[in-house]
Amino acid sequence: MADLISSPAPESLQTAPGPEFIEMRGISKRFGGVRALTDVSFSIRAAEIHCLAGENGCGKSTLIKILSGVHAPDEGQIMLEGKAHSHLTPAASQRFGVQIIYQDLSLFPNLSVAENIAFGHHIPTPVRLVDRPAMRRRAQAVMQRLKIALPLDELVGALPIATRQLVAICRALAGEQARLIVMDEPTASLTHQEVTALLATIHELKRQGIATVFVSHRLEEVLTIAERVTVLRDGRNLGTYWVRELDRRRLGELITGHVFESSLKPPWSGQAAPVLEVRGLSRAGQYAEVDLELRPGEILGLIGRLGAGRTELALSLFGMNPPDSGQIRVDGKPVQLRTNRAAIRRKIAYVSEDRLSLGLVMPQTIADNTVISVLDRLTGRLGLIEGARRAKTIERWIFQELRVKTNTAERPVQQLSGGNQQRVVLAKWLATDPRVLILDSPTVGVDVGAKAGIFQAVDALAARGLAILLISDEIEEVLYQSHRILVMREGRLVGAYDPQRVSERELREVIYA
Amino acid sequence: MPENGSVSGPSASLRTAFRRHDAQLAGIVIVMAVIFSAVSPGFLSGKNLVTLLENYSVMAIMASGLLVVLISGGIDISFAAMAAVSQYLVASLLVRYGGNWVMAFGLAALFGALLGVMNALLIYYLRALPVIVTISTMTFYFAMLMFVTDGKSIYDLPDWFTADLSLVGIPFPVVVAAIVLLITALLLSRLSVGRQIYGLGGNPEAAKRVGCNLLGLQCFVYGYSGLMAGVAGLVQAHRVEEVVPNALIGRELDVLAAVVLGGASLLGGIGTVGGTVLGIVLLAILQNGLTLRGVSSYSFGFVTGLIILISVSATAYAAKRQQKRTVRHAH
Amino acid sequence: MPIEAATAPAPAAPAPRPSSALGWLGRDPTITMLIGLIVLAAVFFGALAPARFLSGETLRAMAFQMPELGILALAMMIPLMSGGLNLAIIATANLSALVMAAILTKLLGPASAPSAVAGVIALALVAGLATSLVVGLITGVIVAFLGVHPILVTLGTMTAVKGIAVYATNGGVIGGFPPAILYLGNGTLGGVPVPMVLFVVCAVVVAVLMSHAAFGVSVRMIGSNERATRYSGVATDWMLVGVYVASSVLCWVAAVVMMARFNSARAGYAESYLLITILAAVLGGVDPNGGFGKVLGLFLSLVLLQIISTGFNLLGFSPHLTEAIWGATMILAIAIALVRDRWMARLWLRGTLK
Repeated sequence: MADLISSPAPESLQTAPGPEFIEMRGISKRFGGVRALTDVSFSIRAAEIHCLAGENGCGKSTLIKILSGVHAPDEGQIMLEGKAHSHLTPAASQRFGVQIIYQDLSLFPNLSVAENIAFGHHIPTPVRLVDRPAMRRRAQAVMQRLKIALPLDELVGALPIATRQLVAICRALAGEQARLIVMDEPTASLTHQEVTALLATIHELKRQGIATVFVSHRLEEVLTIAERVTVLRDGRNLGTYWVRELDRRRLGELITGHVFESSLKPPWSGQAAPVLEVRGLSRAGQYAEVDLELRPGEILGLIGRLGAGRTELALSLFGMNPPDSGQIRVDGKPVQLRTNRAAIRRKIAYVSEDRLSLGLVMPQTIADNTVISVLDRLTGRLGLIEGARRAKTIERWIFQELRVKTNTAERPVQQLSGGNQQRVVLAKWLATDPRVLILDSPTVGVDVGAKAGIFQAVDALAARGLAILLISDEIEEVLYQSHRILVMREGRLVGAYDPQRVSERELREVIYA
Repeated sequence: MPENGSVSGPSASLRTAFRRHDAQLAGIVIVMAVIFSAVSPGFLSGKNLVTLLENYSVMAIMASGLLVVLISGGIDISFAAMAAVSQYLVASLLVRYGGNWVMAFGLAALFGALLGVMNALLIYYLRALPVIVTISTMTFYFAMLMFVTDGKSIYDLPDWFTADLSLVGIPFPVVVAAIVLLITALLLSRLSVGRQIYGLGGNPEAAKRVGCNLLGLQCFVYGYSGLMAGVAGLVQAHRVEEVVPNALIGRELDVLAAVVLGGASLLGGIGTVGGTVLGIVLLAILQNGLTLRGVSSYSFGFVTGLIILISVSATAYAAKRQQKRTVRHAH
Repeated sequence: MPIEAATAPAPAAPAPRPSSALGWLGRDPTITMLIGLIVLAAVFFGALAPARFLSGETLRAMAFQMPELGILALAMMIPLMSGGLNLAIIATANLSALVMAAILTKLLGPASAPSAVAGVIALALVAGLATSLVVGLITGVIVAFLGVHPILVTLGTMTAVKGIAVYATNGGVIGGFPPAILYLGNGTLGGVPVPMVLFVVCAVVVAVLMSHAAFGVSVRMIGSNERATRYSGVATDWMLVGVYVASSVLCWVAAVVMMARFNSARAGYAESYLLITILAAVLGGVDPNGGFGKVLGLFLSLVLLQIISTGFNLLGFSPHLTEAIWGATMILAIAIALVRDRWMARLWLRGTLK
């Protein structure tokens, strides 16, 4: 991504060290028996772009919450422009100029852009007449400051996510003098162009003397956006680096503590007939004339930009998005996949990228989550589920095959870590005995360390003869994991590549051409 | 009347959809009015219309309170019970100690608001679903009322209370309803607390983060509903010239039907006074038209229920078609 | 699910929920608490009115009264667990009862031959079931395929169904049924009142359905997250239709019991039961947000409520006062549930340290 940014930050801005205006010294925090932070020191300079990097659970969210006043540290101090505080309150933090933008943006979808931006107008004195022109002026002033134009009268709920993000940034600046904006995983849902636009805005903030701290575990994001990077791991600060001192490998090592050896896959040499064939598949507005083949044991990578149509295609293969025309053949026989049940019967499984809300039913048990897709296979006489069969399924997939870290399957799945949760998702789908497994961004929200485990599992499955369609945004990941790579652009497949013979840069160029 | 989501300016996509709902509703109302007036000559007579307005004033007042609660993302099923209790309390006090209209309204508002705030406190501190809490308080308030009063009505209301107070031919209840509707509309679009209510309904988590006083808003919203219930009960007593403890029970659903017909969403964040008025008018015309045709009033329940079902089904169906049309991209 | 209560700060940690397969005393605090309360209540009322309360007659009376509320509570429980609500259960039961009553009274006279009686009873029962099924199907289809909020839909069906019932009968009563029907409401089977037998059978069926059938597992998962369940290959639409159909079938059984006990049917019967079914469910451990609940818990809470109700009755409380107490009890039940969840979360947090 770095080489495609059209206007990188000027050298002068990058190297000029501003004064440190927020300093957190020796912060420690426990929750119950869990140590979230241990003696962490973290400083922010005026007008800088600083990334707080680390895996999920490393303590970065806790550190931010201490800064924003939601939590109080057990030990340590927070220095605001040299003045020491043992802890902050949300009001005090905001008064000092700290504004947090959460990942869900916390906007009001039923109100207009202008009203969202200027909503702070309503808070201090609720029983007063709304001064609409003043709110509008305030919103316009902020937009001008940031040199962006937003449709003031549109309801926020109708806007695409990138625009909503800009609304959130504007709101952060609309109130009292903001000096620091904290963003949580800001590029998670953005297309490449939108990331460029966001970056321009962040640089504009910098020009206005406003510092930006963003919290992330996505290596790409960190290396593209940040000037300085502070790495946290297991509640400790591993150091602050200039971004030019780091590359993907080094940053990944710091964050996870592992050194990864990745090697390209040998070219796949299976001869078996394709288990899945797609010919001329089209669906208006989503994808057109898609041809592909998937053979047992093969891992086929599918990459492309946001909006290229990959997930739509995947859902069509899974029966949740019936195509307008074209043919899908399983083992040579044409099939009509009108429901996902039909796809499952045809041995096709789909692991959604949205694990939290689509992959698992969080409050329910690991056991129920595992068997939910195969209930009909566990049902015996009288239409009741046979306990022994159910137990066997769980024993096999949860404990033996995927080795989920838990002592019982009868606890809520939300109690597991992200990586273990993803294993339960895989267990669920593997229990359906699929021959085709579609993985949609399987490592999103999974720590860099746990990713390796997931890919090992994927390799093992391919070795056993499963055909795997791997959809991902992370080009490097796909390069090292796949036997073959397809690139999708605006609903069409624009190229097939051999990972041995193509470079990451070339793939990027094809995607973003 | 300003739309709920605008600071000013022309329409946006969601708001056009909403305007379409209002427009459709207005269209249906007009069509029905035309049909009924064609079929029953007396329908559009001034006398009939005035009586109609008067009959539905109490409903309009209660609907104002319920609308505010719905917009905030909650629901209140107890307003009829609160109206009954407040009505009885105020009437008892007036009968025993005398008073005037200022006192009457003041007391009714006070009792109603107190009962409403009780709802708010329970919902907030118990973190319970408003539907369940308000069903419980409804049962409690109403059962206590019946227990204490033994079902007895109050007949001997003071003369000044039951005297006709029409303003240039417009009955008093209609005047009160109009004022209440106006105040509610102003509250929702022109007062900051009203905008906070929309925000709370649209995204409660965001409202908290932005600094809204959630407890305060809940108390305000449910207190407002209770206040309106109190006023409604008072106006009802004035209209029928007696206080019957169980007269208002069962009206909850009609009021909810009218408000939902008018476009308010059970999920919160959406709704206008204008829409609610249209919803009430729709129900009123329907029921009145049926009465003029000699259809038994026993059929009202069925017709109202049917209208609710058709209306919410149509809205949901249209929303689903709209969803299918907008292609959603995953990451 | 219905209206969010998310305006208050969210609780600290998710409380662990025991599996639905077993309801062991030790593992489920709700059940333990209910048993404790039952004992307490029995002792309380036994002490206050020993002669009348602890008599076999009182026990019999309770065993006759509880089933109609119990079956209706089961009818409310299934939609609750799916994340919805069925406000129309009483109205459905009443309409069903009226249909059956109309057939029985119109087609049978005092001098009807036994074979005719049997035939007409069968016809009536089928007609009543059909009525309930139709209501349940309409409700389920609108909730599942149109995505309308269950509160709104069942509000609509409740109003419409009651409206039909009132309109058709002008609010009046239909009564006078053959002895065979009355037996269902007032007879005994081996000493146990027939309604109680019916109730227990229904309870067992629902319990097995919800914990050991694919339907039950699916419904619970849908209650917690409908979309994720759908993405897992479950036909959530039809499951939801099934929820409201099952609920309505239970309403039919309740209708049979009610009309047999009262020897009559009317549009407005048992309306105060609506709240009590929700109360019994919540008290019995059913999560109003959906996904969790056990029939055993519901049963125990019904027993508790019946003891309290009978006790109050014997002590001369006005039915209005009893109803007011139900309202207050619901609030108490929610408060107890909140405290219990907090307490269990604290236990869980401590447990994770080991």
